[in-house]
Order: sequence, then C-alpha cells, then structure tokens
Amino acid sequence: MAGADGGAAMGERVDDKRVEIFLGKLLRWGVLLAAVVVFVGGVWFLVKFYGVPQSYKTFRGQPAELRSVPQIVHQAMELRPLGLIQFGLLLLIATPVARVLFSVLGFALERDWMYVVITLLVLALLIYTLTSRSEI
Amino acid sequence: MVALGSFLAGMLGSLTGLGGGVVIVPLLTLVFGVDIRYAIGASLVSVIATSSGAAAAYLREGYSNMRVGMFLEVATTVGAVSGAFLAGHLHTSIIAIVFGVVLLYSAYASTQTLADPPGGMPADRIATMLRLDGSYPTEQGPKSYHVRHVPAGFGLMYVAGMLSGLLGIGSGAVKVLAMDQAMKIPFKVSTTTSNFMIGVTAAASAGIYLRRGYIDPGLAMPVMLGVLAGALVGAKILPGAKVRTLRIVFGVVIAALAIEMIFQGVRGKL
Repeated sequence: MAGADGGAAMGERVDDKRVEIFLGKLLRWGVLLAAVVVFVGGVWFLVKFYGVPQSYKTFRGQPAELRSVPQIVHQAMELRPLGLIQFGLLLLIATPVARVLFSVLGFALERDWMYVVITLLVLALLIYTLTSRSEI
Repeated sequence: MVALGSFLAGMLGSLTGLGGGVVIVPLLTLVFGVDIRYAIGASLVSVIATSSGAAAAYLREGYSNMRVGMFLEVATTVGAVSGAFLAGHLHTSIIAIVFGVVLLYSAYASTQTLADPPGGMPADRIATMLRLDGSYPTEQGPKSYHVRHVPAGFGLMYVAGMLSGLLGIGSGAVKVLAMDQAMKIPFKVSTTTSNFMIGVTAAASAGIYLRRGYIDPGLAMPVMLGVLAGALVGAKILPGAKVRTLRIVFGVVIAALAIEMIFQGVRGKL
C-alpha cells in the first residue's frame, strides 16, 4: 500500500519537525536563562571586587566548591557572586543535556526504539562526565 | 577588555561561519597571557552558548537531520571525553602546537567553496539500516538524499570530538569534512546538523573541565557574554555584510594567530 506508507512517513516527518522546533526553543531559553544568571553574578562580582586585579597567567585550578554540581548549587544558593556565575555556566552546560533528554522522549513518541537507545547512550555519557566522582 | 575582545570574536565567528572558539583561545593566551587551560575552558563555554543560541533559528528552517546528528553525537561525545582526558595529561606547549595546526587547517578550509554532492546516488546499506537518509526543503519542493560512507564519517566525527575536547573549539571544519566530503550530505543539511551537534559535544568536555577546575567563573563570564552578544549582532548584520572579503581577512588573521601559537608552543612559552 504505497499510499498508506507515504502517509505514515509524512506523519513521522511532521512529528520530527514539531520535536525539532520545541528543542530549538528549549535551547534558546536555556541559553538566555544561563546568560541572565551569569550576568547578574558578574555584575555582583565586579561591584564586590572592583579594582582587585585578577590573574589567570598562572594556573591554579578552581577550589573544590566551584567544581562539583552540588557544591556549585550550594554556593549559588548562598548568593556568592562566583558561585552564581558558575551556576549560570552549569545551566548553560545543562542546556544541550536537556536537549538530548527531550530527544529521547521525541524518539520514544515516534516509537523509534533504535534511536531511543542511541540517544540514551549519549545522555548517559553526558551525565557521567558531569557527575562522576572520580576525575577523568 | 576581555569582554570587548570576545564580542568581536563572536561577531567575526558568526559572520564567517567559523565560530568564535577558534579566536577566543589565541586571543586569551597570546594577547591577555591567560593560561591555555583556562582559555580552553572559557572557550568551550562560549561554544555551547553560540551553538545553542543559533540552533533555534536553524531548526525552524527544517534542514537539520536529527538522526544523523544523534548517531554521530555518539562519536563526537566519546571523542570529546578522550580529548578532555588528553588535555589533562599533555604539556600545554603540545596543546598550543596542535591548536596552531588545526587553526591553519580551519583557515585553509574556510577559503574553499563547497559544492553540493551530485544527487542520484544509490542508498548505502548501513545508512538505510540506521535510517539516516532524509530530505530537505528546496524551492522545487522537498529533495531527498542518501547518506554514504557511514563508518568513515563516524571515525572523522570521533576526531572532531577529540579536537573539540582538547582545544575547546567547535571544530566545524572537521565536521564539515566528515559530513560533506565523506558522507555526501548536502551542504545546508550538514551545516545546520553540525551546529546542532557542537553544543552537545562541547557539553561533554565542558563537564570534565568543570570537574577538573579548568573553568574559571571570573574569566568565563566576560567571554561567554561577549561572544554571545557578538554572535547576535553578527547574525543581525550578516545579510548586508561583504562576507567574501571578510572571510579572506579573517582567514589571514587566523593563519597569523596559528603561526604565532605554534611558534610560542615550540618555544615553550604557553
């Protein structure tokens, strides 16, 4: 049944398109939200530390409280300026992760199980890099 | 100062289609004397911001291929993790030299004009199995295409991901090589799909950089906001810009930066 097949393929494409538009919006809002948080934290940081020169010439690495997800969230909740910026950056990193998460749902709605598995693989890797206890 | 430089980098990046990342790292290291690890961390963050910010506009046009993107993201994210791993263990001079070489290649690639692969090619067995073939809208209605050489494209994408994780760039040039040259995906589809993938790839390595303490909030803040604002302005003025001249100028600047990076790397100054 060529006609029925064509119809089904059409429907799948339309769904694809709807999912894509939703994902596009999600990404834009994620970036916007992250930028606002970083901006607020940045203004605060500048007000607080105005005139204190910062040096990035020598590499020291960040202190532990600006390195792990729970610690950054904790710092941001206490409204420390650097914690807030770092939280904004974390939101930014989380935005593509959220996109992958919603792609899993999108493929599941289309019952494309092969791509559900492929997308879950990518998602697992992303979550692992952000949360693993051991440093890679 | 850093914010202004990042703003210009973001604007040039979006005007020339090269992305801001390739300029941010040389700018921070050569001009501002920032340690290359901090510079890469800040650049990765700006790469996520610009690619995700631009994705919404691309997606609405319906060119990108979600299955191709997601399938290849397996390669790029695994590559990104290996790149980030390498970044923690290689000497910074070596990273600087590799960066310079990749930069030179990007400058060269940006001067090449891309032609769409000829249509009417037979379907590829692996591509059919993975349901990678698709179609994209043209003025004459939707045009379908077949994806070719999946293993070669997948392998090149791993390299692209690794360079992204090692150097903090989007490595668009290598992604285009994989999708256009190897997999024979039409130009419009490959550019938009590649943009879609860059954010996810950069997020994979950014997570590792963050956990390792390479992302400094005080530095990443002006870079991210600057590049984002620059990219927005760049996208606004793009229709009226003399892209051709701009590309040549930008190509020369990048080549000069690349040679300087290699030189400083060899001297062990970075």
